[in-house]
Amino acid sequence: MRRRAVLAVLAVGLGAVALSGDRFWMQFLGKAMIGCILAMSLDLLVGFSGLVSLAHSAFFGLAAYALAGLTNQLGLVSPLLTLPLCVLAAGSAALVIGWLSLRATGVYFIMVTLAFTQMLFYLFNDSPALGGSDGLYVAQRPVDSRLAAYAAIWAATILVYLLLARILRAPYGRTLEGIRDNEQRMRSLGYATRRYKLVAFVIAGALAGLAGYLDATLYGFVNPAQLGWRQSGLVLVTVLLGGKGTLYGPALGALLLAFIEHYGESVTEHWNALIAALVIAVVLFLPRGLAGLVQGSARG
Amino acid sequence: MSLSLFALQLVNGVEYGLLLFLVASGLTLVFGVLGVLNFAHGSFYMLGAYLAWWLSERTGSLALAILVGLPAMVLIGLLVERLAIARLYRRDHLSQVLLTYGLVLLFNELQRALWGNDVHGVATPRALSFTVPLGEAQTWPAWRAFTALCCIALAAAMRQLILKTRFGMRVRAGASNAEMVEALGIDVRRVFSVVFSAGTALAGLAGMLAAPLTTVYPGMGESILVLSFVVVVIGGIGSIKGAFLGALLVGIADTFGKVLLPGFASAMVYAVMAAVLLWRPRGLLGPAFEGR
Amino acid sequence: MSLSRRAFLGAAASSTLLSRRLLAATGAKLKIGLLLPYSGTYAALGHNITDAMKLAASEHGGKLGGREIQWAVVDDESDPAKAPANVNKLIAGEKVDILTGPVHSGVAMAMMQIVRQENVLTIVTNAGAQAVTGTLCAPNVFRTSFSNWQVSYPCADPMLKAGHRKAVLMFWNYSFGQESMAAFKEGYAKGGGTVVKEIAVPFPSTEFQANLSEIAALKPDAVFVFFAGAGAAKFVKDYADAGLKDKIPLYGSGFLTEGVLGAQGAAAEGIKTSLHYADSLDNPANKKFRDAFKKATGRDADVYAVAGYDTVNVLAQALDKVKGDTGAQKELIAALEATRLDSPRGPFRFSKAHNPIQDVYLRQVKGGKETVLGVALKDAEDPAAGCKLGK
Repeated sequence: MRRRAVLAVLAVGLGAVALSGDRFWMQFLGKAMIGCILAMSLDLLVGFSGLVSLAHSAFFGLAAYALAGLTNQLGLVSPLLTLPLCVLAAGSAALVIGWLSLRATGVYFIMVTLAFTQMLFYLFNDSPALGGSDGLYVAQRPVDSRLAAYAAIWAATILVYLLLARILRAPYGRTLEGIRDNEQRMRSLGYATRRYKLVAFVIAGALAGLAGYLDATLYGFVNPAQLGWRQSGLVLVTVLLGGKGTLYGPALGALLLAFIEHYGESVTEHWNALIAALVIAVVLFLPRGLAGLVQGSARG
Repeated sequence: MSLSLFALQLVNGVEYGLLLFLVASGLTLVFGVLGVLNFAHGSFYMLGAYLAWWLSERTGSLALAILVGLPAMVLIGLLVERLAIARLYRRDHLSQVLLTYGLVLLFNELQRALWGNDVHGVATPRALSFTVPLGEAQTWPAWRAFTALCCIALAAAMRQLILKTRFGMRVRAGASNAEMVEALGIDVRRVFSVVFSAGTALAGLAGMLAAPLTTVYPGMGESILVLSFVVVVIGGIGSIKGAFLGALLVGIADTFGKVLLPGFASAMVYAVMAAVLLWRPRGLLGPAFEGR
Repeated sequence: MSLSRRAFLGAAASSTLLSRRLLAATGAKLKIGLLLPYSGTYAALGHNITDAMKLAASEHGGKLGGREIQWAVVDDESDPAKAPANVNKLIAGEKVDILTGPVHSGVAMAMMQIVRQENVLTIVTNAGAQAVTGTLCAPNVFRTSFSNWQVSYPCADPMLKAGHRKAVLMFWNYSFGQESMAAFKEGYAKGGGTVVKEIAVPFPSTEFQANLSEIAALKPDAVFVFFAGAGAAKFVKDYADAGLKDKIPLYGSGFLTEGVLGAQGAAAEGIKTSLHYADSLDNPANKKFRDAFKKATGRDADVYAVAGYDTVNVLAQALDKVKGDTGAQKELIAALEATRLDSPRGPFRFSKAHNPIQDVYLRQVKGGKETVLGVALKDAEDPAAGCKLGK
């Protein structure tokens, strides 16, 4: 119950920021909440399906580039059109990449997803026709005002949490966790485990695409660096810091990291050392991540 | 491409691959034996290169710098293993990933604080600073040849050590079943310590040998880290022989990619990895057991 | 947007404008934002730009236009993915009066998007992307460094004059490299030169052997390259090691040797490059600047530091004219446009597109030092394709 209370207060608080109308905080928290969506959707894979993917940034970036393409080339602006198309693009890419990658397991799976991510990164980075290393502007953003963009991100974050929580409570979610814990057994019980994992991969990829779409909406700017494996690595670190397999832990992790980065930089030029210390301390002393602090007791 | 140019490019590819092998061998060793995904491996490479520069500035000799630097790397490896890695052997891979990621950040800060952000060159020892002709129009610096030879010698030595010695047997046993080995009365922790610091030293040595060729600069560990992971995974985790094959494959693919498919060059290495893993999901010479 | 909202926003904007004027009058601090890399590959550049800015500021007594300077510093890590958030931090969070930076042109593109909208006075202190003072040029955006065209185009002429009519181009395949090559080709073709082959090396790969073998086989008259930083250091060494240095002369934009001469050592000997600055430029401003920089930081100044130094100096001139009133943006921009500077690099003024008009020098490495052979292009002015400012 403590967890629900914390989350509810947080959601209301984040929503209330919109009332202040402060430009800085709306952009800062908007970006942080996009991080929450990324982290929660990756947790579906890392925490609940046992799949460590480094392709998350690829789906994020693909959707952002899809928005730039739709708007700049075809003149499509309305979110009613662009949002489903961009999420669909990310989801389809996840279907293809997931279908191929899931032939491998464990560390090999991680590396195949890395390979696809890097190939996509270089595709955009090396082709001037796709904006090259400087990236692209989105000629006209789907949502014009800052307030509307913030509200959309806020609503999306809450919806993604509720959606994922619902999925995980459903029999499908239970099966996923069963596969994570012992795939052999689930397979011998007659589950088509690979298909279950693929569905999770596609859902997570589509949600990463949603995050990318929101990011491009917030800033109107896309860059290949958003696609690179480093961004995937950061999301993974966020999930682990927050506490994998808890859904809300990674979201908290994303918020906390955003704040540390913001304030740490003003405290010391060596703020990366702060992050390093935090990461190492969490691994050594909080095996269940930050979620362990909120939760107190077991289940995890 | 003429035959002679083709042969030349093959030499270039093999030479690049050999250096990659030196870095990747330590990674695959630690990976295979300890089951630790060590992201800090690239940092050890960087540390090695910086030590080579810093010590050779002070002593005036790269050979001396390596002589002093290598034990320092072993010590660093021991310290990191004892203070951090050893606490995580019973935890899952991801805790290790997170921890070693933290170490990467820490080492980067350390490098900035100790040595600053400039690019530094390292002089090759005078005895090896001549060049030999390569093809009709090109020459090959002796240091490159020396480095390549070092890599081959180390590969052979490692193979002997792991296949033919008692210690190598323990390493192999520790890799496949740590608990059983422990039950037999072998101190696995000590084996792990030794392997980790050996891996650290290998990365450091690679950095030291590469320093005169690559120059020394901030962030040099990161690109080599990703490539080493690629090499290790192509070869099959834990397999030295696999890493050797993987390194040559990556070196050659990269070299010919740059010449034949320049627009696609950077993605080439990853395309090769994806292809290998789709064909053999556990790498070329991957082990038969799960999860490592 | 509805009419009433627009009117409301307009009123809000003018009220902040008013309050800024009031602040200036009451002697509020002048907040200058620095968006520069202090970690990662370009950290050395970020530090040099920053330290030179602070040096110039202290020469003005820590005040510009009568207002005390307050710095707001953000480490952009040269990461375009983080750039929009970092720009937001300075503009909306710190509410800087003037924004300066960055080094990386991907970061600059993200910054341009925002400052054009927010209408914040911005001075680009390094990134050479053509678009900054080309297709994206804006009244409130100035650049004190260079455009990619400026540092590469002028190198074609000296190469042709030396009789090198067939060249191989080699560059890092990202925007800086691509734009440098396009500019060089333009000049080279104009003078009747032929490009035998263009070799694009993936950025930031520093494995050059395969391409060096290619060059050795092609045997061009000369090679023109774009590399910078650690990549430049390694390329120059590899080129010499491959035995090509004495057979095929190496040319490049000045970033090939800038800041890495020490690391390159003897391998750099004889390389000719074009740049708007050289450490050894013989003029009083340069001597004074280099001495002061060395004294303040213990390091040697370089082309990056010069841009930082000039940034504060042009601001000092312009802000004096408007008495520190950053709210009077129109007047301030006009004052900046009229600025003439006796820079360490030589005479400096802004073009209509707000890019420097400056001499570009032909330099050669001799005895481990950069020497100036002469002016490759006098009053080099970027063509500013796509910019309608002042036209």
